[in-house]
Amino acid sequence: MSTALPTPAQPSEVRIARRETLRLLLRSKTFLVGAFIVLFWIFWALFHSGLTPYDPLDQTPDILARPSTTYWFGTDSLGRDVFSRVLAGATSVLEIAPLAMLIGVVGGAIFGLITGYFRGLVDESISRLVDAVLALPLIVIAVTAIVALGTSTATLIIVIGVVFIPIVTRTVRAAVLAERELDYVQAAKLRGERSAYIMFVEILPNVMGPILVEATVRLGYAIFAVAGLTFLGFGVQPPSPDWSLQISQNYTLLAGGSYWWTVLFPAMAIASLVVGVNLIADGLTQVLDR
Amino acid sequence: MRAGTVQVSENAPALELRNLDVVYTVRGKDRQVLHDVSLTIERGHSYGLVGESGCGKSTAALAIIRYLPRNGSVTSGEILIGARNVVDLSGAELRKLRAEEVGIVYQNPGAALNPGIRVGRQVAEVFTVRGVDKKEASGRALEVLRTVQIADPDSVMERYPHQLSGGMQQRVVIAMALAKDPALLILDEPTTGLDATVEAEVLDLIAKLQSEFQTAVLFISHNLGVIAKMCERVGVLYAGRLVEEGDAETVLRDPRHPYTVGLIRCIPRGGVRKDHGRLDTIPGFLPNLGDDRPGCIFTDRCALAQPVCETDDPPPYEVGSCHTSRCHFHERAIDLPRREAADLELPVVDRRVDPLVRFDELGKVFQQRGHSVHALENVSAAIWPGETLGLVGESGSGKTTLARTLLGLVPPTTGIVEFDGRTLAPRLSNRTREDIRALQIVFQNPDSALNRRHTVRRILRRALKKLARITGAAAETRMNDLMHSVRLAERYVSARPAQLSGGLKQRVAIARAFAGEPRLVVCDEPTSALDVSVQAAILNLLVELQAERGVSYLFISHDLGVVRYLSDRIAVLYLGRLQELGPADVVFDGPHHPYTEALLSAVPTIEGGGRERIRLAGEIPSAANPPSGCVFHTRCPRKLGEVCEQEEPPLVEVEPGHFMRCHIPIEELRRLQQERKDAVPA
Repeated sequence: MSTALPTPAQPSEVRIARRETLRLLLRSKTFLVGAFIVLFWIFWALFHSGLTPYDPLDQTPDILARPSTTYWFGTDSLGRDVFSRVLAGATSVLEIAPLAMLIGVVGGAIFGLITGYFRGLVDESISRLVDAVLALPLIVIAVTAIVALGTSTATLIIVIGVVFIPIVTRTVRAAVLAERELDYVQAAKLRGERSAYIMFVEILPNVMGPILVEATVRLGYAIFAVAGLTFLGFGVQPPSPDWSLQISQNYTLLAGGSYWWTVLFPAMAIASLVVGVNLIADGLTQVLDR
Repeated sequence: MRAGTVQVSENAPALELRNLDVVYTVRGKDRQVLHDVSLTIERGHSYGLVGESGCGKSTAALAIIRYLPRNGSVTSGEILIGARNVVDLSGAELRKLRAEEVGIVYQNPGAALNPGIRVGRQVAEVFTVRGVDKKEASGRALEVLRTVQIADPDSVMERYPHQLSGGMQQRVVIAMALAKDPALLILDEPTTGLDATVEAEVLDLIAKLQSEFQTAVLFISHNLGVIAKMCERVGVLYAGRLVEEGDAETVLRDPRHPYTVGLIRCIPRGGVRKDHGRLDTIPGFLPNLGDDRPGCIFTDRCALAQPVCETDDPPPYEVGSCHTSRCHFHERAIDLPRREAADLELPVVDRRVDPLVRFDELGKVFQQRGHSVHALENVSAAIWPGETLGLVGESGSGKTTLARTLLGLVPPTTGIVEFDGRTLAPRLSNRTREDIRALQIVFQNPDSALNRRHTVRRILRRALKKLARITGAAAETRMNDLMHSVRLAERYVSARPAQLSGGLKQRVAIARAFAGEPRLVVCDEPTSALDVSVQAAILNLLVELQAERGVSYLFISHDLGVVRYLSDRIAVLYLGRLQELGPADVVFDGPHHPYTEALLSAVPTIEGGGRERIRLAGEIPSAANPPSGCVFHTRCPRKLGEVCEQEEPPLVEVEPGHFMRCHIPIEELRRLQQERKDAVPA
């Protein structure tokens, strides 16, 4: 038998691989720009009190003042400083969207594993349900549910999260379908493992890549959903400086092109946050699909 | 030599590599993968490049058409195709070269064809890209499909690649490569994924077309038998260096480099069996990519190594006419000491006792889009304790289905599997823990068989827990024993599969299968994804484990040399029906079933020549619509006549322990097959 064994795999090789992934991420401009934008808003969401030039809820006597050196982004119809409100406006979105995303991803991962692993009747019935849910516009389902359950932050989180479950289910199911065909799944069956063990211990770690990417993508959509629902009056309630609340309160002032600053700056803020999250998602996809 | 200044002369060789160095940049470090490779292929000649995976064969092929991955580059040397240096070509010239002068066929024809475009249009593209109008191109496409002897070319033109079998796909790819009448054809493992019978046909086709078109061929393969059959010259590549080069016949008969000697010796052939002793292996492992040691690169694996080998890189010594070897001790290479250990005490198979496993009239019908596919029909066989039953047949013959019914992964439609005299529950979920423990499997592809997120420790500990009910400190001890018995060093316990080589991964998979002291292990092509030297070590390991533990194997392989080495008895399946069953020597030496005869004759051997091959016409028929009578009659070269088409012959015991399903009487087969052997020119 062979006496000479191969050069040992360096024990730290797993760590090297992990470090390599991190290094590639940190070299990806897409990821870095996205991370910068998102971290910027997270910082302001957490620490805005005391750091903004004015209190975001304080009403100054200057009503609907144009952007100037005093009020960089102008003031709104109640005389509140738009710049301060934009900086503070990320708070509720960044509270609701990640939690909603988490519900969607965890739920979707579980259903995706079940449908993908068992196939057959379980798969058929859940998948048809998924198709049915996906056929309806997200906003319609969400509005209906919120009207039925009443408006609160918790309702908002749960409704958006639940609406995301079928979408995530689909992605995870596709990944599981490919994975379940591999021989290690059969090897697990051949030592008498239970289905739950095979799904969560054997398969789940191997589909974490797609789940992670889906999570960032969902986060972007969750921000959208919160903004949309808030704009329609079903989301964050006044007097919060939330961005889409600002837009919904002020968009009537846009008529004739006057007072554009009350809407433009919060809109740009929403856009920048969504773009930032999506850039992170793109960066992750590139590195993880490598 | 500069490009453009040299006239393309008619006498220039088709391909000449001069001192080629290729470097891959990995994580900022340059790693040299080809060192000073020089070779020449004359027009119309064929050159075989052999070596194990990671030796740089494919890199050489890619470098020739300058198709290296982005991190690879030719750092020095010249690649001359028709006296032009490919290294200096501009983008446009390079495109022209690829479109007109060099044809390439890769291993996986499924990946080489565009799944969304009909075959006819894809082949025609070879012509349209050179400005031929569409209608004419389509006509010429049909013509080249005829040249590669594809059955029913008109309908193939209209089909999509997935509707063709692997052999037909490879024919289409070869048709596309030849359509441009290239001066050089590069074949990178063109038949590796194909069945032996299909491989034989594709090789015949390549040989025929080569002589017709006078194309120069660079044939890359890990299979020395294929090279011996196809090539005039051969180059042996090891760690990016051409260690031996010469006339194919001379090199294979009289190898002058220890690596070549080892490579030839580790292939089970010439009827070697496990009780004849163990296979030779090449100790150690391929050096890491970009290893720049001063001396000979093979030193640490070479039993002939002397101090001088550590310090001086051997130049290519002339050891014969046009035969070079990069070894200081090339005269002694053939005396390379054998590495076999003392012979093993193999379990004596006693067939008077009850068999361990008995398949009784097993049948399996799959429902596929309204069709009933008979994957297994009436298969009865038995495996005794300590015995290896080899299972051979082309893909689609039901080998894997038979193994899966035994394991309980698919329930049989009819018939039963008996184990230890009891009827086994058809489904795994209804089996007792004891039955699950007793029947295990080693899969073909260790990459897919091991969870890539789990460490070796986790994989083995879990198997011990579930199969042997051992946990805690006892499990750690047993795990170390287990690793020791598959010769896996302890330092790998915390490694993940990606950090292990193919052979090491397969050792982990074997250790896992043996965790619960199984009574029978199914080996489903366990070495076909491995290099030959690794294969030898794995086969030795399987034999050792059998000797130590008296385990039985159901051994599935398409490599008949491997099957013969390991098996006590052999079962031959065709379209889900058992055609022949008997002791290994009897089945191999004959008289055998005409199908077995064809299978055996299809295998290219290093010795080459020998018997005239038997061609099997066409493809294996669909199991959804099997031929009437004897299922083999559509391809049988010894078909008698109507009786074969109408009546299925019964499985008869023609000699003691030798069963066969054929209308031709055994004595007649013996006579016919003897005649064929005698007819071979000396």
